[in-house]
Amino acid sequence: MTQHQVLEYDVVVIGAGGAGLRAAIEAAAKGASVGLICKSLLGKAHTVMAEGGVAAALANVDDRDSWKVHFADTMRGGHYLNAWRMAELHAKEAPERVRELEGWGALMDRTPDGLINQRNFGGHAYPRLAHVGDRTGLEMIRTLQDHGIHEGIDVHMEVTVSKLLMDGGRCAGALAYDRELGRFKVFKAKAVVMATGGIGRAFLVTSNSWEYTGDGHALAYEAGAELVDMEFVQFHPTGMVWPPSVRGILVTEGVRGEGGILKNSEGRRFMFDDIPPLYKESTADTPEEGWRYVIGDREARRPPELLTRDHVARKIVKEVQEGRGSPHGGAFLDIAWIQEHIKDSEDHIKKKLPSMYHQFKELAGIDITKEPMEVGPTTHYAMGGIRVDSDSQMSTTVPGLFAAGECAAGLHGANRLGGNSLSDLLVFGKRAGEYAAEFSAGNTPVHLQDEQIDLAVQEALSPLERDPGADVGPYRLQYELQQLMQDKAGIAREEDGLAEASDELQRLKTRAQAMGTSGSREYNPGWHTTLDLQNLITVAEAVVMASHARKESRGAHSRLDYLDKDPEWGTVNLVLKKGHDGEMELRREGIPEIPKELRKIIEEQG
Amino acid sequence: MKTTTFKVWQGNSDGGELKTYEVEVDQGYVVLDAIHRIQAEQVNDLAVRWNCKAGKCGSCSAEVNGSPKLMCMTRVDELPADKPITVEPMRTFPVVKDLVTDVSWNYEVKASIKRFSPKTADHEDGSWDMDQYDVERSQEFRKCIECFLCQDVCHVLRDHQLHDRFAGPRHYVHVANMEMNPIDTGDRVAELREELGIGYCNITKCCTKVCPEGITITDNAIIPLKERVVDQSYDPLARLIKLVKGSGD
Repeated sequence: MTQHQVLEYDVVVIGAGGAGLRAAIEAAAKGASVGLICKSLLGKAHTVMAEGGVAAALANVDDRDSWKVHFADTMRGGHYLNAWRMAELHAKEAPERVRELEGWGALMDRTPDGLINQRNFGGHAYPRLAHVGDRTGLEMIRTLQDHGIHEGIDVHMEVTVSKLLMDGGRCAGALAYDRELGRFKVFKAKAVVMATGGIGRAFLVTSNSWEYTGDGHALAYEAGAELVDMEFVQFHPTGMVWPPSVRGILVTEGVRGEGGILKNSEGRRFMFDDIPPLYKESTADTPEEGWRYVIGDREARRPPELLTRDHVARKIVKEVQEGRGSPHGGAFLDIAWIQEHIKDSEDHIKKKLPSMYHQFKELAGIDITKEPMEVGPTTHYAMGGIRVDSDSQMSTTVPGLFAAGECAAGLHGANRLGGNSLSDLLVFGKRAGEYAAEFSAGNTPVHLQDEQIDLAVQEALSPLERDPGADVGPYRLQYELQQLMQDKAGIAREEDGLAEASDELQRLKTRAQAMGTSGSREYNPGWHTTLDLQNLITVAEAVVMASHARKESRGAHSRLDYLDKDPEWGTVNLVLKKGHDGEMELRREGIPEIPKELRKIIEEQG
Repeated sequence: MKTTTFKVWQGNSDGGELKTYEVEVDQGYVVLDAIHRIQAEQVNDLAVRWNCKAGKCGSCSAEVNGSPKLMCMTRVDELPADKPITVEPMRTFPVVKDLVTDVSWNYEVKASIKRFSPKTADHEDGSWDMDQYDVERSQEFRKCIECFLCQDVCHVLRDHQLHDRFAGPRHYVHVANMEMNPIDTGDRVAELREELGIGYCNITKCCTKVCPEGITITDNAIIPLKERVVDQSYDPLARLIKLVKGSGD
C-alpha cells in the first residue's frame, strides 16, 4: 500500500477561484465540514484577472433594467443554446450575490447617489456591470478569501488533484499531491465540488493563467461525467498582440465600455460596416450616437464596438486577413480619442482603466491616454464544461459530484457576455456549495478501496520513472499541443483541419502518456506539467470532436465551410461522455422546451 | 534576438548557489520569460511560482539584481546590459526550492487579524450608501495583490526576523483597508499595538518603494494607523475618559 495522508470532509471543493471560494463559504455556512483545495496559493486563481465587472441587474444606473432584461440578453448572447433555467436563476440571483459582497468587505465604485455604480458592456442592454476600476476580479477574490478564512474552512494551498475517487458510481473524494514535497493526500468526501476554471492553456494565444489546464473538465470526464457545449471556446476580441512575450494578455472590454473604438490601418471604424441582424435595432447608426450612449444618453443606442465578443473577434480577424490590420497583426483600439469630448481625458482614463494604463506602459511602452493599442483575439473562456442540473449544479451522471463556474456548462450557451462569468461564479458557486452540503447531510458515508488509491498514486508517479530524454520534454509537448489547437481548432475552423487535429491529438496523447520527467517529487514543475498535459489533451479532444460535429457557425464556433447558422442546430447541444471502451462518445441532445413565461420575456425584449 | 547571461539561484533549505545560463531573449521579454525558457530548454524541474504573467496575481515575486520585483513585470531591456542578471528567491522567507519560498506565515498572520464587521445595512435589500470619495481611501489598499514584496524588503522582517511580533506592511495595509472602510465597525487599535507590533515600524518607506501596485503604504496606511494607536493609547484625556467609562483595554 502506498503512503498517503487521509483527510475526511463532508464537502471537498476543488479549486479556489471565485466559484470554489463561494461554494466553500456556502457549504460551511450550511454546517458542512469543508476542505478547499487550491492548485496555487490562496487568492491567486484566475478570477484575479477578471477586469471589467460583474453583471447584475441592480438597476442603479438605469432603472429600466431588471432580471428579465438580463435574462433575455444572456439568452440572445448565447444564441439560445443556453440552459434557460440557469440563465433565469442567474439573472434573478446575481443582484443579491453582488450586494452581499459589500457586507464582506468589498468596495465597488459608486454612483453620485452612493449606490454601486454600473458600466456598459457588450451585449448588455443597460449599464449593468458593477466594478472597481478595471480590477473587479481582484476585488471579488480578495473579498471571498478574506471572508472565507474566518468560516472554518480548511484550505490546502498548492495541492493538485490528479484523480477523482469513486465509491461505486458515486463520487467519493479525490487523490491529490502537494507541490512542495510531492506527498499524496487522499481527500475523502461525501460531496465534491469541481471549481477548476477553464481550458485556455490548450491554446497558444490565451489570456488564461498557468492553472487553466482543464483539470476539472478532464477529471470529471474520466469519472463518468458528461461534458456539453465543448465546441464553444470564447476568443476575446482584445488581447495584447505586441511585444511577443505579452501576446494574449487581456485588454478589458471596459476600454470599449468607456468609449474605446476599433480602427483598421486605414483609420476606418470598421465595426460600423457589418451589424448582425439580431442586433440591428439596438446598435447606433453613427459615431455620434455611439458616443452619446457611452456618456449615458438613454435615447442613444450602443456603439458597434459593444456587440458580442464572438462578432467583434471575427471582424478583427477579417480586417487582418484582408490586409488592413495593425503592424503586428491586430486592430487599433483607441481610447485616447475621447479627448475630443472630455477635457481631462488623461486623468479620466487613468482613473477608469488604471491597470490597462499600467499594463501597456510597463509591458509595451505605450501610453494609452495618447496612443492607440494594438489588439487581437485571445483564447479567453470555455462556455462548455461539466453538464449539471440547473438548480443543484450536480453532475447529470455522477451523484455527489457538483460543478460551478467556468468548468460547469449551460449558462452561456454558444457565447458568453462579458461580466456574466463573475456573476456566474457567485450565483452557481453558492448553489453548488449549498446543494453539496445538503447532499452530504442526506447521504451515507463513502468507502474508498485501497486498490483504487494505489493505482492512482502509481499513475501520478509514473512520469518520474520514465526516461526524461526520450522525447522533447513536457513544456515543448505542451507547446506543440497549443500550436495545433491554435491553428486547427481556433477562431476559424474547417473540416480538414479538425480531422487532422483529431489524428494529431491521438499521436500527442501517446507521446504524453510515455513522457518521462527529470528531477524529484519536490516542487517539480516538469512533473506537474506532464500530469497537466493529460488533462489538456482530454479537453482538446473534446473541443475538436464537438467542433467537428457541429456543422454550422454559431456564437463562438466559426466554421469556414459552414458560414451560417443552421436552424436545425439551434435546438441541439452536443454531449460528450467516456464510452465503455474508453473512447470519447458524442451525442446530440435536444434542448428542453422553454416555458411559456420565459419565452414571452425573450419575445418582449426583442 | 540576442543572448543575455542570467545567474539563477538554485537549491533548497539546505543551501544552494547561483548557476549561470545563456538565454536567447526576444523583444519585450520580461525576466519570467527568460526563466521559463531556461525551464523549458535546460532545467525542466526549475522551481518557480507564477500564475497570470500579467502583474495581477502577485505570485512571481523574486529578487532581480538584488531588488524585490515581480518577474513578470520586469523587462529585460530595462536592466543594465553590461552584466549578468541575477535572479534569487525572496530572502525574508524560508526557501522551498530554487525561486520558490514558503510564504505561508503571511496567511497565518492575516487569519489572526480581527475580521471585517459591517454596520447594519442602510436598505432592506442589504445594501449600504457610500460616497465615492469615502471608498477611495480603502480602494487604494485593496489594490494589493499580496506579492509580499513589501514584507520581503522590510528590515524588521528581513534583517531582524521579528516574524513573531511584527505583522509587516502587507498586513497594516489590510488593517487600514478595514479601518477606513465606511461601513466597518471593528476596532483593531489594541491589536495593532500588541500582536501586530506596528510600533516596530520606523517608517523608512522601503515598502512603499517596492510596491508594484504603487500603494503609498507608509503615508496612507501605516502612519494613520500609528496615529490611531497613539491617540487611543497615550492621549491622557482619552485614557481618562476610557477609565471613567470603564472600557479600558
